[in-house]
Amino acid sequence: MNAAEPLKCRPSDYKSEVKPIWCPGCGDYHVLMALTRAMAALGLPPERIAVVSGIGCSSRIPAYTNCYGFHGVHGRSLAVATGLKIARPDITVICASGDGDGYSIGGNHFLHACRRNVDLAYIVMDNHIYGMTKGQPSPTTEPDFDTALAPGGTGLRPFNPLVVALASGANFVARAYSGNPNETAELIVDAIKHPGFSFVEILSPCVTYRPDQRSWKDRVHPAPVTPTDDPARAARRLMTDDGFNLGVLYRGHRAPYTPPTAAAMVAPESLEEEFEV
Amino acid sequence: MTAGANSVSVAMVGSGGAGVLTTGEMLLEAACAAGWNGLLTRSVGPQIRGGEAASLLRLARSPVECMADQFDLLVGIDWVNAGRFGDEIPLGESSVLVCDPAAGAPPPMAANAKRVIELPIAEITKAHPAWRANMLALGAAGHLLGLDESALHGVIAKRFAAKGSEVVAANVAAAAAGARAVDTERGRVALAPVAQAAAKRWLITGNEAVALGALLGGVRFAAAYPITPASDILEWLAPNLTKVGGTLVQAEDELASVNMIIGASYGGVPSLTATSGPGLSLMIESLGLATAAEVPIVIVDVMRGGPSTGIPTKSEQSDLNIAIYGMHGDAPHLVIAPQSVGDCWLSAQWATGLAEALQAPAIVLSDQFLGQAQTAITRPVERPPTGKRRVADGANLPYARYAAGGDGVSPMAIPGTARCAYTADGLTHTERGTPTSGAHDHVAQLDKRRDKLDGHEYGPLWATIEGDSETAVLAWGSLTGVVREGIAQARADGVSAKLIAPRLLLPTRPAEMSAALAGVKRVLVVEQTHGMQFLKYLRAHYDLPAEVSVLHRPGPLPIRPHEVRQRLIEGGSR
Ligand SMILES: Cc1ncc(C[n+]2csc(CCOP(=O)(O)OP(=O)(O)O)c2C)c(N)n1
Ligand code: SF4
Ligand SMILES: [Mg+2]
Repeated sequence: MNAAEPLKCRPSDYKSEVKPIWCPGCGDYHVLMALTRAMAALGLPPERIAVVSGIGCSSRIPAYTNCYGFHGVHGRSLAVATGLKIARPDITVICASGDGDGYSIGGNHFLHACRRNVDLAYIVMDNHIYGMTKGQPSPTTEPDFDTALAPGGTGLRPFNPLVVALASGANFVARAYSGNPNETAELIVDAIKHPGFSFVEILSPCVTYRPDQRSWKDRVHPAPVTPTDDPARAARRLMTDDGFNLGVLYRGHRAPYTPPTAAAMVAPESLEEEFEV
Repeated sequence: MTAGANSVSVAMVGSGGAGVLTTGEMLLEAACAAGWNGLLTRSVGPQIRGGEAASLLRLARSPVECMADQFDLLVGIDWVNAGRFGDEIPLGESSVLVCDPAAGAPPPMAANAKRVIELPIAEITKAHPAWRANMLALGAAGHLLGLDESALHGVIAKRFAAKGSEVVAANVAAAAAGARAVDTERGRVALAPVAQAAAKRWLITGNEAVALGALLGGVRFAAAYPITPASDILEWLAPNLTKVGGTLVQAEDELASVNMIIGASYGGVPSLTATSGPGLSLMIESLGLATAAEVPIVIVDVMRGGPSTGIPTKSEQSDLNIAIYGMHGDAPHLVIAPQSVGDCWLSAQWATGLAEALQAPAIVLSDQFLGQAQTAITRPVERPPTGKRRVADGANLPYARYAAGGDGVSPMAIPGTARCAYTADGLTHTERGTPTSGAHDHVAQLDKRRDKLDGHEYGPLWATIEGDSETAVLAWGSLTGVVREGIAQARADGVSAKLIAPRLLLPTRPAEMSAALAGVKRVLVVEQTHGMQFLKYLRAHYDLPAEVSVLHRPGPLPIRPHEVRQRLIEGGSR
């Protein structure tokens, strides 16, 4: 970090002038608020932060910040973030997704990002629906939720992202609710500071296609337990919780991924020697 | 005794464990140490390990870029399943067959070879259990080629040094015995001697040359997902990138590998991945992202037989269409095709520089033949023009990442640069990067991305143009060497032809191609595809003369120089 740079400490300093396309009342506004509060709390200059995303309503978030942003293709945000962080370890990299982007089309990258444990914060705005494409079921949609694409419901058991993250090796697992932006901001700060791959699932209602999610504000509650560093205990809790426990649910100690380094550096020209006859 | 040939081709076959592949490498190495040039390809059965194998070598006085029309020498260590290689090992009446009478009847392809030399492998190895059959074959082949014994013994000593002096001595003795056992009077295939070349020489594959070239071009990050025949690039890069301060990451799939390099390059680090057709197919959506977001990346596609899983171990040029046209939308990008193993070194550097300078994805379209042929070549010296990324420093504010106008290349801000933070986007965007669906911005950005590529001055590297004639042969990639040799053969028959081989396949160069085709009345197109992809590409983008014919064949069988010669002698038309 450049010490000469005056540290900006107001959330508004991290907000861009771009007007969000989100519907009035969308939970993602609160996620943006929480994210900029987290950045202000960290006091990092915006140019030292990169926010990387895929495609979806939620994935629009990078351009609404004043940081470096990357709005890529659907489902690949973790791969972009991984490449960026490994190539530029000096940059704080935050990856943002929706439940469709992160758990469906990008599901494989989720597994491997957890396993690889690169020092990233991964926030997923989960509204249990494909918002941007107007209301199709996602991997976290309830089995009986009626949609045009799955009349009467999918009949499929929802995906449990926190359990999957834990089983795949994520180093930090938390659940937040966008309607509590201060707590969400604290969890994001915690995730960014925690070394390795930190996953924050943010319940973020889609008021347009899931008006029923307005009831989430009454259903969420702080997790009744303190965070554990024991994966077995965390797994049992996550497998049995009601999906509305908020807070840090697992905090591991795995060392983050570091690429191999050479003892001594050589000039690329010298590498041709191995081919000389 | 004649002075020897300028080029001799040797095939060695044997079943699993016979050591045919090692023998081929050692023969090439020894020939190379003696001053000759050459190339070696290998062909194996479907088994993952073991199984029948063939080493296909061509040794020559001057550098060679393709296989010859036929093999002058076939050495059979045994004949188990050797018939499988029949199509790949054409033999003529003058060809020499070296085999053990105890190994049974040679496969049908050997019937053409009228000169047979016996090498009693079973008998000799029975008397000397420490002698290995492939060393006898190596000695025999070396002797028939007129290869200096000390060169061969030197290679043996080097190869087996780790196994101790007894093993070295046994193998040297076996090679010497093999040499003594063959009667050169029955079939001479000697190569003309050469003076040791003054210039430095390399023993290298195209895949290694691509990887080395990419590092010289500035690549410092690679993401990898294994695939035949491209994995060698990634495996060479893994340790060597580390040595130069870079990083290679193994990705979970090609969707990840291409997006990882996009992320790394967005972060300011020149980045590459290597794959083959199936992987390129998976990467295509994100290649469009790199085009739209203007992130420089290099993707090496080492082509193999397709579609689908196709023939992973055999060469074809059938990824031309996907490389040129694969992306949805109007997505200008760079496609550069190396023409020889040495050219892999040059093309990878050039492609990296162009991608960086023009902030666009570059596909390096190599193929299995170039990638995996091991060749002895003169060290290439002339490096291509370098290219550097134009970066923003925060001087011109407000910063507009995608500012149009000028040459179309707008300075790219690298994360960490103050006052220039922007969001790179695959959505149609304004000059500042904000998503829009407005017609004006859409057209302005499409124009920008087209103009920066079309307007660039690529210089003479865009194509190889040789000779002058009313007949031109158009080829690309690894077929360039085949055509060059076919034209040389035809010249001996009094028929001339001009060679035009574009190295830069995209953006197309209509003005340069028109100049190259000035005065040309007939065109022969030569390509290794079933669907005549190159012909269709040429017809779509260039004005060809009225008389056009095509010589095309899919893999796995290579097109050989004499087929080009034949077509030229017939008049270049059907
Ligand atoms: C390859 C590809 N397939 C499909 C789409 C269409 N698409 C855009 S967003 C989206 C789903 C987004 O859902 P989610 O990630 O949950 O985001 P939300 O809009 O709910 O925030 C889909 C399927 C696309 N852009 N790209
Ligand atoms: S559709 Fe749903 S998720 Fe998308 S902006 Fe509207 S409320 Fe938010
Ligand atoms: Mg969603």
